[in-house]
Amino acid sequence: MRKTPRILPSDITPESVFLDRRKLLAYGIAGAASLGLPVHHDVALAADAQGTDRYRAPRNPKYVASEAPNTYEEITSYNNFYEFGTDKSDPQANAKSLRPSPWNVAIDGECEVKGTFALEDLLKPQSLEERVYRMRCVEAWSMVIPWVGFPLADLIRRFKPTSKAKYVAFTTLHDPVQMPGQRDRVLNWPYVEGLRMDEAMHPLTMIAVGVYGRALPNQNGAPLRLVVPWKYGFKGIKSIVKMSFTEQQPRTSWSGAAPGEYGFYANVNPAVDHPRWSQASERHIGGGSLFAKRQATLPFNGYANEVAALYSGMDLRRYF
Amino acid sequence: MTVAQRYRWLWKPALFAAALAPAALMLGAALGLTQASLGVDPVRTIIHRCGMTALQLLWLTLAVTPLRQLTGNNDLQRLRRMLGLFAAFYASLHFMAWAWLDQGLDLRAIGNDIAKRPYITIGLLALLLMAPLAITSTNGWMRRLGLRWQWLHRLVYPVALLAVWHFWWQVKKDYREPLAYAAMLSLLLGWRILRRRNRTRATSPSGSATVPEKT
Repeated sequence: MRKTPRILPSDITPESVFLDRRKLLAYGIAGAASLGLPVHHDVALAADAQGTDRYRAPRNPKYVASEAPNTYEEITSYNNFYEFGTDKSDPQANAKSLRPSPWNVAIDGECEVKGTFALEDLLKPQSLEERVYRMRCVEAWSMVIPWVGFPLADLIRRFKPTSKAKYVAFTTLHDPVQMPGQRDRVLNWPYVEGLRMDEAMHPLTMIAVGVYGRALPNQNGAPLRLVVPWKYGFKGIKSIVKMSFTEQQPRTSWSGAAPGEYGFYANVNPAVDHPRWSQASERHIGGGSLFAKRQATLPFNGYANEVAALYSGMDLRRYF
Repeated sequence: MTVAQRYRWLWKPALFAAALAPAALMLGAALGLTQASLGVDPVRTIIHRCGMTALQLLWLTLAVTPLRQLTGNNDLQRLRRMLGLFAAFYASLHFMAWAWLDQGLDLRAIGNDIAKRPYITIGLLALLLMAPLAITSTNGWMRRLGLRWQWLHRLVYPVALLAVWHFWWQVKKDYREPLAYAAMLSLLLGWRILRRRNRTRATSPSGSATVPEKT
Protein backbone atom coordinates (compact mmCIF):
# COMPACT_ATOMS: atom_id res chain seq x y z
CA MET A 1 0.00 0.00 0.00
CA ARG A 2 2.80 2.38 0.89
CA LYS A 3 3.71 4.74 -1.88
CA THR A 4 7.34 5.30 -2.61
CA PRO A 5 8.32 8.33 -0.56
CA ARG A 6 9.73 11.24 -2.47
CA ILE A 7 13.47 11.31 -1.91
CA LEU A 8 15.33 14.50 -2.56
CA PRO A 9 19.09 14.50 -3.01
CA SER A 10 19.23 16.76 0.04
CA ASP A 11 17.65 13.98 2.10
CA ILE A 12 20.50 11.64 1.37
CA THR A 13 23.61 13.78 1.20
CA PRO A 14 23.86 16.66 3.62
CA GLU A 15 24.26 19.69 1.46
CA SER A 16 27.62 20.58 3.01
CA VAL A 17 29.13 17.26 1.99
CA PHE A 18 27.72 17.79 -1.44
CA LEU A 19 29.26 21.24 -1.61
CA ASP A 20 32.56 20.09 -0.12
CA ARG A 21 32.82 17.61 -2.93
CA ARG A 22 32.54 20.39 -5.43
CA LYS A 23 34.97 22.51 -3.48
CA LEU A 24 37.41 19.63 -3.50
CA LEU A 25 37.09 19.45 -7.24
CA ALA A 26 37.82 23.17 -7.51
CA TYR A 27 40.82 22.92 -5.19
CA GLY A 28 42.07 19.98 -7.17
CA ILE A 29 41.92 21.96 -10.36
CA ALA A 30 43.59 24.97 -8.78
CA GLY A 31 46.31 22.71 -7.39
CA ALA A 32 46.90 21.14 -10.75
CA ALA A 33 47.12 24.56 -12.33
CA SER A 34 49.66 25.77 -9.78
CA LEU A 35 51.83 22.77 -10.54
CA GLY A 36 51.76 23.75 -14.16
CA LEU A 37 49.75 20.72 -15.14
CA PRO A 38 47.41 21.12 -18.04
CA VAL A 39 43.87 21.94 -16.86
CA HIS A 40 40.83 21.62 -18.99
CA HIS A 41 39.70 25.21 -19.07
CA ASP A 42 36.00 24.47 -19.30
CA VAL A 43 36.04 22.38 -16.16
CA ALA A 44 37.72 25.13 -14.19
CA LEU A 45 35.17 27.62 -15.42
CA ALA A 46 32.30 25.34 -14.64
CA ALA A 47 33.53 24.93 -11.10
CA ASP A 48 33.68 28.69 -10.76
CA ALA A 49 30.44 29.61 -12.40
CA GLN A 50 28.09 28.56 -9.63
CA GLY A 51 27.37 32.19 -8.82
CA THR A 52 27.24 31.53 -5.10
CA ASP A 53 30.95 30.86 -4.67
CA ARG A 54 31.24 33.87 -2.45
CA TYR A 55 29.35 32.06 0.30
CA ARG A 56 31.06 28.73 -0.11
CA ALA A 57 33.38 29.38 2.77
CA PRO A 58 35.73 26.93 4.48
CA ARG A 59 34.36 25.29 7.59
CA ASN A 60 35.96 26.41 10.83
CA PRO A 61 36.70 23.10 12.59
CA LYS A 62 36.59 24.82 15.98
CA TYR A 63 32.87 25.41 15.66
CA VAL A 64 31.21 22.27 14.47
CA ALA A 65 28.30 20.92 16.50
CA SER A 66 28.49 17.18 17.03
CA GLU A 67 24.95 16.66 15.68
CA ALA A 68 24.29 16.41 11.95
CA PRO A 69 22.98 19.64 10.46
CA ASN A 70 19.35 19.98 9.49
CA THR A 71 18.55 20.01 5.79
CA TYR A 72 18.46 23.24 3.82
CA GLU A 73 14.75 22.63 3.33
CA GLU A 74 14.09 22.40 7.08
CA ILE A 75 16.16 25.46 7.91
CA THR A 76 14.54 27.62 5.25
CA SER A 77 10.92 26.52 5.63
CA TYR A 78 10.42 26.52 9.40
CA ASN A 79 11.37 29.53 11.46
CA ASN A 80 10.05 32.61 13.19
CA PHE A 81 10.33 35.95 11.43
CA TYR A 82 7.25 37.89 12.52
CA GLU A 83 7.94 40.58 9.93
CA PHE A 84 6.51 38.09 7.44
CA GLY A 85 3.79 36.52 9.59
CA THR A 86 3.49 34.70 12.87
CA ASP A 87 3.30 31.14 11.60
CA LYS A 88 6.54 29.24 11.15
CA SER A 89 5.80 28.63 7.49
CA ASP A 90 4.95 32.30 6.85
CA PRO A 91 8.53 33.56 6.38
CA GLN A 92 9.18 31.25 3.46
CA ALA A 93 5.78 32.02 1.95
CA ASN A 94 5.92 35.80 2.31
CA ALA A 95 9.56 36.89 2.25
CA LYS A 96 9.81 37.29 -1.51
CA SER A 97 8.94 40.97 -1.19
CA LEU A 98 12.17 41.70 0.71
CA ARG A 99 14.91 43.29 -1.42
CA PRO A 100 18.24 42.45 0.23
CA SER A 101 20.22 44.40 -2.34
CA PRO A 102 21.14 47.23 -2.32
CA TRP A 103 21.43 47.28 1.45
CA ASN A 104 22.86 49.80 3.88
CA VAL A 105 23.70 49.53 7.54
CA ALA A 106 23.83 52.61 9.76
CA ILE A 107 26.37 52.71 12.59
CA ASP A 108 25.91 55.21 15.38
CA GLY A 109 26.23 55.83 19.10
CA GLU A 110 29.32 55.53 21.28
CA CYS A 111 31.91 54.85 18.58
CA GLU A 112 34.48 56.78 16.59
CA VAL A 113 33.55 55.56 13.15
CA LYS A 114 29.92 56.37 12.37
CA GLY A 115 27.89 56.59 9.22
CA THR A 116 25.89 54.60 6.77
CA PHE A 117 27.74 51.84 4.98
CA ALA A 118 26.88 49.84 1.91
CA LEU A 119 26.73 46.13 2.68
CA GLU A 120 29.53 45.39 0.18
CA ASP A 121 31.87 47.77 2.00
CA LEU A 122 31.02 46.21 5.34
CA LEU A 123 31.67 42.71 4.04
CA LYS A 124 34.71 43.34 1.84
CA PRO A 125 37.42 43.06 4.53
CA GLN A 126 35.75 40.10 6.27
CA SER A 127 36.78 36.59 5.36
CA LEU A 128 33.82 34.25 5.53
CA GLU A 129 33.79 30.90 7.25
CA GLU A 130 31.25 28.20 7.93
CA ARG A 131 30.24 27.34 11.48
CA VAL A 132 27.81 24.60 12.41
CA TYR A 133 25.87 25.88 15.41
CA ARG A 134 23.04 24.52 17.48
CA MET A 135 19.97 26.75 17.44
CA ARG A 136 17.52 26.56 20.34
CA CYS A 137 14.23 28.39 19.95
CA VAL A 138 12.54 29.77 23.07
CA GLU A 139 9.54 27.67 22.00
CA ALA A 140 11.49 24.51 22.94
CA TRP A 141 12.50 23.21 19.53
CA SER A 142 15.96 23.11 18.05
CA MET A 143 17.95 22.72 14.87
CA VAL A 144 21.60 22.49 13.82
CA ILE A 145 22.56 25.05 11.18
CA PRO A 146 25.69 25.55 9.06
CA TRP A 147 25.93 29.33 8.99
CA VAL A 148 28.33 31.25 6.78
CA GLY A 149 29.65 34.49 8.20
CA PHE A 150 32.29 36.06 10.40
CA PRO A 151 32.75 37.02 14.06
CA LEU A 152 30.78 40.11 15.05
CA ALA A 153 33.83 41.25 17.03
CA ASP A 154 35.81 41.75 13.80
CA LEU A 155 33.10 44.06 12.48
CA ILE A 156 32.71 45.97 15.74
CA ARG A 157 36.45 46.71 16.01
CA ARG A 158 36.32 48.59 12.73
CA PHE A 159 33.96 51.16 14.25
CA LYS A 160 36.18 51.77 17.30
CA PRO A 161 33.59 51.79 20.08
CA THR A 162 34.50 54.18 22.91
CA SER A 163 34.82 53.28 26.57
CA LYS A 164 31.22 54.44 27.01
CA ALA A 165 29.93 51.66 24.76
CA LYS A 166 28.50 49.10 27.17
CA TYR A 167 25.93 47.55 24.84
CA VAL A 168 25.28 47.19 21.17
CA ALA A 169 21.74 47.45 19.84
CA PHE A 170 20.62 46.11 16.46
CA THR A 171 17.59 47.17 14.45
CA THR A 172 15.76 45.30 11.69
CA LEU A 173 14.48 47.00 8.56
CA HIS A 174 11.13 48.72 9.11
CA ASP A 175 9.25 48.74 5.83
CA PRO A 176 5.74 47.26 5.75
CA VAL A 177 5.88 47.11 1.94
CA GLN A 178 8.87 44.77 1.98
CA MET A 179 7.85 43.18 5.27
CA PRO A 180 4.07 42.73 5.12
CA GLY A 181 3.90 41.28 8.63
CA GLN A 182 4.74 44.73 9.96
CA ARG A 183 1.26 45.90 8.96
CA ASP A 184 0.03 43.99 12.00
CA ARG A 185 1.17 45.39 15.29
CA VAL A 186 1.93 42.05 16.88
CA LEU A 187 5.25 43.55 18.00
CA ASN A 188 6.44 47.10 18.35
CA TRP A 189 8.23 47.57 15.01
CA PRO A 190 11.03 47.80 14.17
CA TYR A 191 12.44 44.74 15.86
CA VAL A 192 15.31 45.61 18.18
CA GLU A 193 17.79 43.27 19.83
CA GLY A 194 20.90 43.88 21.84
CA LEU A 195 23.93 42.38 23.48
CA ARG A 196 26.22 43.40 26.28
CA MET A 197 29.55 44.46 24.79
CA ASP A 198 31.42 41.41 26.11
CA GLU A 199 28.74 39.14 24.60
CA ALA A 200 29.01 40.95 21.29
CA MET A 201 32.80 40.63 21.30
CA HIS A 202 32.72 36.93 22.19
CA PRO A 203 34.29 34.78 19.45
CA LEU A 204 31.14 32.60 19.22
CA THR A 205 28.95 35.56 18.29
CA MET A 206 28.72 35.88 14.55
CA ILE A 207 27.14 37.82 11.75
CA ALA A 208 25.76 35.37 9.23
CA VAL A 209 25.36 36.24 5.56
CA GLY A 210 24.80 32.73 4.29
CA VAL A 211 23.67 29.23 5.10
CA TYR A 212 24.80 25.98 3.50
CA GLY A 213 27.23 27.81 1.27
CA ARG A 214 24.55 30.03 -0.24
CA ALA A 215 23.46 33.59 0.41
CA LEU A 216 20.99 33.83 3.28
CA PRO A 217 17.48 33.36 1.91
CA ASN A 218 15.16 36.29 2.66
CA GLN A 219 13.18 34.28 5.19
CA ASN A 220 16.28 33.60 7.26
CA GLY A 221 17.24 37.25 7.58
CA ALA A 222 18.93 38.34 4.37
CA PRO A 223 21.28 39.94 3.80
CA LEU A 224 22.85 39.85 7.26
CA ARG A 225 21.75 38.64 10.68
CA LEU A 226 23.06 37.99 14.13
CA VAL A 227 23.75 34.48 15.45
CA VAL A 228 24.34 33.97 19.18
CA PRO A 229 24.28 30.21 19.64
CA TRP A 230 24.07 30.13 23.44
CA LYS A 231 20.96 32.32 23.50
CA TYR A 232 17.38 31.64 22.45
CA GLY A 233 16.82 32.14 18.77
CA PHE A 234 14.91 35.41 19.05
CA LYS A 235 18.16 37.16 20.02
CA GLY A 236 19.41 36.45 16.50
CA ILE A 237 18.00 39.57 14.90
CA LYS A 238 17.54 39.40 11.13
CA SER A 239 17.88 41.79 8.17
CA ILE A 240 19.88 44.30 10.21
CA VAL A 241 19.88 47.95 9.10
CA LYS A 242 21.38 49.60 12.17
CA MET A 243 23.91 48.98 14.90
CA SER A 244 24.13 51.43 17.81
CA PHE A 245 26.67 51.42 20.60
CA THR A 246 24.96 52.48 23.81
CA GLU A 247 25.75 53.13 27.43
CA GLN A 248 22.34 51.93 28.61
CA GLN A 249 20.86 48.48 28.10
CA PRO A 250 18.72 48.74 24.97
CA ARG A 251 14.98 48.07 25.12
CA THR A 252 14.66 44.93 23.08
CA SER A 253 11.50 43.79 21.31
CA TRP A 254 10.50 40.59 23.07
CA SER A 255 11.60 41.56 26.54
CA GLY A 256 9.70 44.81 26.06
CA ALA A 257 6.59 43.03 24.79
CA ALA A 258 6.42 40.47 27.59
CA PRO A 259 9.04 41.23 30.27
CA GLY A 260 7.90 38.34 32.46
CA GLU A 261 8.43 35.81 29.70
CA TYR A 262 11.46 36.96 27.73
CA GLY A 263 14.51 38.50 29.34
CA PHE A 264 17.21 40.69 27.86
CA TYR A 265 19.83 37.97 28.31
CA ALA A 266 17.72 35.04 27.05
CA ASN A 267 20.53 32.57 27.65
CA VAL A 268 19.43 29.01 26.99
CA ASN A 269 18.82 27.63 30.46
CA PRO A 270 17.06 24.34 31.21
CA ALA A 271 16.72 25.36 34.87
CA VAL A 272 14.66 28.47 34.19
CA ASP A 273 11.31 27.65 32.65
CA HIS A 274 9.27 29.92 30.51
CA PRO A 275 6.21 30.77 32.62
CA ARG A 276 4.04 28.74 30.27
CA TRP A 277 6.26 25.83 29.33
CA SER A 278 9.28 23.90 30.49
CA GLN A 279 12.69 24.71 29.03
CA ALA A 280 14.22 21.48 30.38
CA SER A 281 13.94 19.66 27.08
CA GLU A 282 13.47 20.39 23.42
CA ARG A 283 12.19 18.69 20.31
CA HIS A 284 14.89 18.42 17.71
CA ILE A 285 13.43 19.21 14.32
CA GLY A 286 14.20 16.77 11.55
CA GLY A 287 14.18 13.15 10.67
CA GLY A 288 10.44 13.32 10.25
CA SER A 289 9.85 10.61 12.85
CA LEU A 290 6.76 11.03 14.95
CA PHE A 291 8.24 9.06 17.78
CA ALA A 292 11.61 10.74 18.18
CA LYS A 293 12.35 11.43 21.81
CA ARG A 294 12.71 14.94 23.15
CA GLN A 295 16.28 15.75 24.03
CA ALA A 296 17.57 17.41 27.16
CA THR A 297 18.33 21.10 26.80
CA LEU A 298 21.88 21.97 27.82
CA PRO A 299 22.91 25.03 29.84
CA PHE A 300 23.91 27.77 27.42
CA ASN A 301 22.75 25.43 24.65
CA GLY A 302 25.90 23.33 25.07
CA TYR A 303 28.28 26.29 24.91
CA ALA A 304 28.74 26.63 28.68
CA ASN A 305 32.50 26.00 28.54
CA GLU A 306 32.92 28.96 26.25
CA VAL A 307 30.46 31.46 27.71
CA ALA A 308 29.49 30.63 31.30
CA ALA A 309 32.29 32.87 32.59
CA LEU A 310 30.58 35.91 31.05
CA TYR A 311 27.88 35.56 33.67
CA SER A 312 29.85 34.53 36.75
CA GLY A 313 28.29 35.99 39.85
CA MET A 314 25.02 36.78 38.12
CA ASP A 315 21.73 35.34 39.31
CA LEU A 316 20.55 33.70 36.09
CA ARG A 317 17.05 33.24 37.49
CA ARG A 318 16.74 36.96 37.82
CA TYR A 319 18.62 37.85 34.65
CA PHE A 320 16.96 35.24 32.45
CA MET B 1 -40.06 19.21 0.30
CA THR B 2 -36.76 20.96 -0.22
CA VAL B 3 -33.71 19.31 -1.70
CA ALA B 4 -32.05 19.43 1.70
CA GLN B 5 -34.99 17.59 3.25
CA ARG B 6 -35.13 15.01 0.49
CA TYR B 7 -31.54 14.05 1.20
CA ARG B 8 -31.97 14.15 4.96
CA TRP B 9 -30.88 10.53 5.22
CA LEU B 10 -27.51 11.64 3.84
CA TRP B 11 -26.82 14.32 6.43
CA LYS B 12 -25.41 12.09 9.11
CA PRO B 13 -23.17 9.92 6.94
CA ALA B 14 -21.92 13.05 5.17
CA LEU B 15 -21.14 14.77 8.46
CA PHE B 16 -19.48 11.62 9.76
CA ALA B 17 -17.20 11.49 6.73
CA ALA B 18 -16.44 15.20 6.85
CA ALA B 19 -15.66 15.16 10.56
CA LEU B 20 -13.41 12.14 10.19
CA ALA B 21 -11.54 13.65 7.26
CA PRO B 22 -8.97 15.72 9.24
CA ALA B 23 -7.93 12.66 11.23
CA ALA B 24 -7.83 10.49 8.12
CA LEU B 25 -5.71 13.03 6.26
CA MET B 26 -3.24 13.27 9.13
CA LEU B 27 -3.01 9.52 9.43
CA GLY B 28 -2.49 9.20 5.69
CA ALA B 29 0.26 11.78 5.72
CA ALA B 30 1.92 10.23 8.80
CA LEU B 31 1.99 6.80 7.19
CA GLY B 32 3.23 8.20 3.90
CA LEU B 33 0.10 7.01 2.08
CA THR B 34 -0.56 10.42 0.58
CA GLN B 35 1.54 13.19 -0.88
CA ALA B 36 0.32 15.54 1.85
CA SER B 37 3.00 16.55 4.29
CA LEU B 38 2.83 17.26 7.99
CA GLY B 39 5.64 19.77 7.59
CA VAL B 40 9.01 20.12 9.22
CA ASP B 41 7.64 19.58 12.73
CA PRO B 42 4.99 16.87 12.27
CA VAL B 43 4.39 16.43 16.00
CA ARG B 44 3.49 20.08 16.43
CA THR B 45 1.31 19.94 13.31
CA ILE B 46 -0.67 16.96 14.60
CA ILE B 47 -1.17 18.43 18.07
CA HIS B 48 -2.19 21.78 16.64
CA ARG B 49 -4.55 20.38 14.01
CA CYS B 50 -6.31 18.07 16.46
CA GLY B 51 -6.78 20.95 18.89
CA MET B 52 -8.07 23.32 16.23
CA THR B 53 -10.45 20.71 14.83
CA ALA B 54 -11.81 20.02 18.32
CA LEU B 55 -12.36 23.73 18.85
CA GLN B 56 -14.09 24.17 15.51
CA LEU B 57 -16.38 21.19 16.06
CA LEU B 58 -17.24 22.41 19.54
CA TRP B 59 -18.16 25.82 18.14
CA LEU B 60 -20.29 24.13 15.46
CA THR B 61 -21.99 22.11 18.19
CA LEU B 62 -22.83 25.32 19.99
CA ALA B 63 -24.04 26.90 16.76
CA VAL B 64 -26.71 24.25 16.19
CA THR B 65 -29.26 25.68 18.61
CA PRO B 66 -29.01 29.32 17.45
CA LEU B 67 -29.11 28.18 13.82
CA ARG B 68 -32.14 26.05 14.49
CA GLN B 69 -33.89 28.94 16.18
CA LEU B 70 -32.95 31.37 13.44
CA THR B 71 -33.90 29.16 10.54
CA GLY B 72 -36.70 27.24 12.17
CA ASN B 73 -35.15 24.08 10.74
CA ASN B 74 -35.41 21.56 13.56
CA ASP B 75 -33.65 18.88 11.52
CA LEU B 76 -30.36 20.52 12.38
CA GLN B 77 -30.79 19.21 15.91
CA ARG B 78 -30.13 15.70 14.60
CA LEU B 79 -26.52 16.63 13.90
CA ARG B 80 -25.66 18.07 17.28
CA ARG B 81 -24.76 14.86 19.05
CA MET B 82 -22.38 13.78 16.32
CA LEU B 83 -20.69 17.17 16.25
CA GLY B 84 -20.22 17.11 20.00
CA LEU B 85 -18.88 13.58 20.00
CA PHE B 86 -16.39 14.42 17.27
CA ALA B 87 -15.29 17.47 19.22
CA ALA B 88 -14.58 15.20 22.18
CA PHE B 89 -12.82 12.73 19.87
CA TYR B 90 -10.43 15.37 18.52
CA ALA B 91 -9.86 16.82 21.99
CA SER B 92 -8.79 13.35 23.14
CA LEU B 93 -6.52 12.94 20.13
CA HIS B 94 -5.07 16.37 20.89
CA PHE B 95 -4.25 15.30 24.44
CA MET B 96 -2.90 11.90 23.40
CA ALA B 97 -0.72 13.41 20.68
CA TRP B 98 0.77 15.75 23.27
CA ALA B 99 1.26 13.08 25.92
CA TRP B 100 2.58 10.43 23.56
CA LEU B 101 4.26 12.09 20.58
CA ASP B 102 5.54 15.22 22.30
CA GLN B 103 6.16 14.03 25.86
CA GLY B 104 7.00 10.42 24.94
CA LEU B 105 4.61 9.16 27.66
CA ASP B 106 7.07 10.36 30.28
CA LEU B 107 4.57 10.37 33.14
CA ARG B 108 6.70 12.55 35.38
CA ALA B 109 7.12 15.23 32.72
CA ILE B 110 3.43 15.04 31.87
CA GLY B 111 2.42 15.34 35.52
CA ASN B 112 4.79 18.24 36.01
CA ASP B 113 3.44 20.10 33.05
CA ILE B 114 -0.18 19.55 34.05
CA ALA B 115 0.56 20.82 37.55
CA LYS B 116 2.83 23.69 36.59
CA ARG B 117 1.44 25.02 33.31
CA PRO B 118 -1.95 26.65 33.78
CA TYR B 119 -2.80 26.41 30.10
CA ILE B 120 -2.29 22.66 30.18
CA THR B 121 -4.21 22.37 33.43
CA ILE B 122 -7.26 24.12 32.03
CA GLY B 123 -7.00 22.25 28.75
CA LEU B 124 -7.07 18.96 30.62
CA LEU B 125 -9.95 20.20 32.78
CA ALA B 126 -11.93 20.98 29.63
CA LEU B 127 -11.24 17.49 28.31
CA LEU B 128 -12.27 15.85 31.59
CA LEU B 129 -15.51 17.83 31.67
CA MET B 130 -16.29 16.62 28.16
CA ALA B 131 -16.07 12.99 29.25
CA PRO B 132 -19.42 12.81 31.13
CA LEU B 133 -21.09 14.59 28.23
CA ALA B 134 -19.77 12.08 25.73
CA ILE B 135 -20.74 9.15 27.96
CA THR B 136 -24.29 10.38 28.57
CA SER B 137 -24.88 11.33 24.95
CA THR B 138 -26.84 8.14 24.22
CA ASN B 139 -30.62 7.96 24.01
CA GLY B 140 -30.65 5.63 27.00
CA TRP B 141 -28.85 8.12 29.22
CA MET B 142 -31.04 10.93 27.96
CA ARG B 143 -34.11 8.98 29.04
CA ARG B 144 -32.64 7.94 32.34
CA LEU B 145 -31.52 11.43 33.31
CA GLY B 146 -34.59 13.25 32.02
CA LEU B 147 -34.45 16.93 32.97
CA ARG B 148 -31.14 16.42 34.71
CA TRP B 149 -29.62 15.55 31.32
CA GLN B 150 -30.10 19.11 30.16
CA TRP B 151 -28.57 20.46 33.33
CA LEU B 152 -25.58 18.17 32.98
CA HIS B 153 -25.05 19.09 29.37
CA ARG B 154 -24.86 22.77 30.18
CA LEU B 155 -21.30 21.80 31.14
CA VAL B 156 -20.57 22.42 27.47
CA TYR B 157 -20.45 26.16 28.24
CA PRO B 158 -17.62 25.99 30.79
CA VAL B 159 -15.89 23.49 28.49
CA ALA B 160 -15.97 26.01 25.63
CA LEU B 161 -14.74 28.83 27.86
CA LEU B 162 -11.87 26.68 29.16
CA ALA B 163 -11.02 25.59 25.63
CA VAL B 164 -10.67 29.10 24.27
CA TRP B 165 -8.78 30.16 27.39
CA HIS B 166 -6.43 27.22 26.84
CA PHE B 167 -5.87 28.39 23.25
CA TRP B 168 -5.40 32.01 24.30
CA TRP B 169 -2.86 31.20 26.98
CA GLN B 170 -0.42 29.31 24.87
CA VAL B 171 -0.13 31.87 22.09
CA LYS B 172 3.19 33.70 22.12
CA LYS B 173 2.09 37.11 20.93
CA ASP B 174 -0.33 37.06 18.04
CA TYR B 175 -3.75 36.87 19.74
CA ARG B 176 -5.83 37.41 16.62
CA GLU B 177 -6.78 33.77 16.14
CA PRO B 178 -7.84 33.02 19.72
CA LEU B 179 -9.54 36.41 19.74
CA ALA B 180 -11.60 35.39 16.72
CA TYR B 181 -12.66 32.20 18.48
CA ALA B 182 -13.48 34.12 21.65
CA ALA B 183 -15.57 36.56 19.62
CA MET B 184 -17.49 33.74 17.95
CA LEU B 185 -18.07 32.12 21.33
CA SER B 186 -19.40 35.32 22.79
CA LEU B 187 -21.85 35.52 19.92
CA LEU B 188 -22.97 31.95 20.48
CA LEU B 189 -23.35 32.40 24.22
CA GLY B 190 -24.65 35.95 23.93
CA TRP B 191 -27.44 34.73 21.69
CA ARG B 192 -28.57 32.34 24.37
CA ILE B 193 -28.46 34.95 27.10
CA LEU B 194 -30.45 37.45 25.06
CA ARG B 195 -33.03 34.89 24.12
CA ARG B 196 -33.40 33.74 27.67
CA ARG B 197 -33.84 37.28 28.90
CA ASN B 198 -36.42 38.02 26.23
CA ARG B 199 -38.27 34.85 27.02
CA THR B 200 -38.48 35.54 30.73
CA ARG B 201 -39.61 39.08 30.00
CA ALA B 202 -42.17 37.78 27.58
CA THR B 203 -43.64 35.37 30.09
CA SER B 204 -43.36 37.51 33.22
CA PRO B 205 -46.63 39.20 34.20
CA SER B 206 -45.17 42.70 34.17
CA GLY B 207 -43.66 42.30 30.72
CA SER B 208 -45.45 42.85 27.44
CA ALA B 209 -46.44 39.22 27.28
CA THR B 210 -48.56 39.50 24.22
CA VAL B 211 -45.91 40.89 21.92
CA PRO B 212 -42.81 38.69 22.10
CA GLU B 213 -39.76 40.60 21.04
CA LYS B 214 -38.17 39.70 17.78
CA THR B 215 -35.12 37.60 18.39
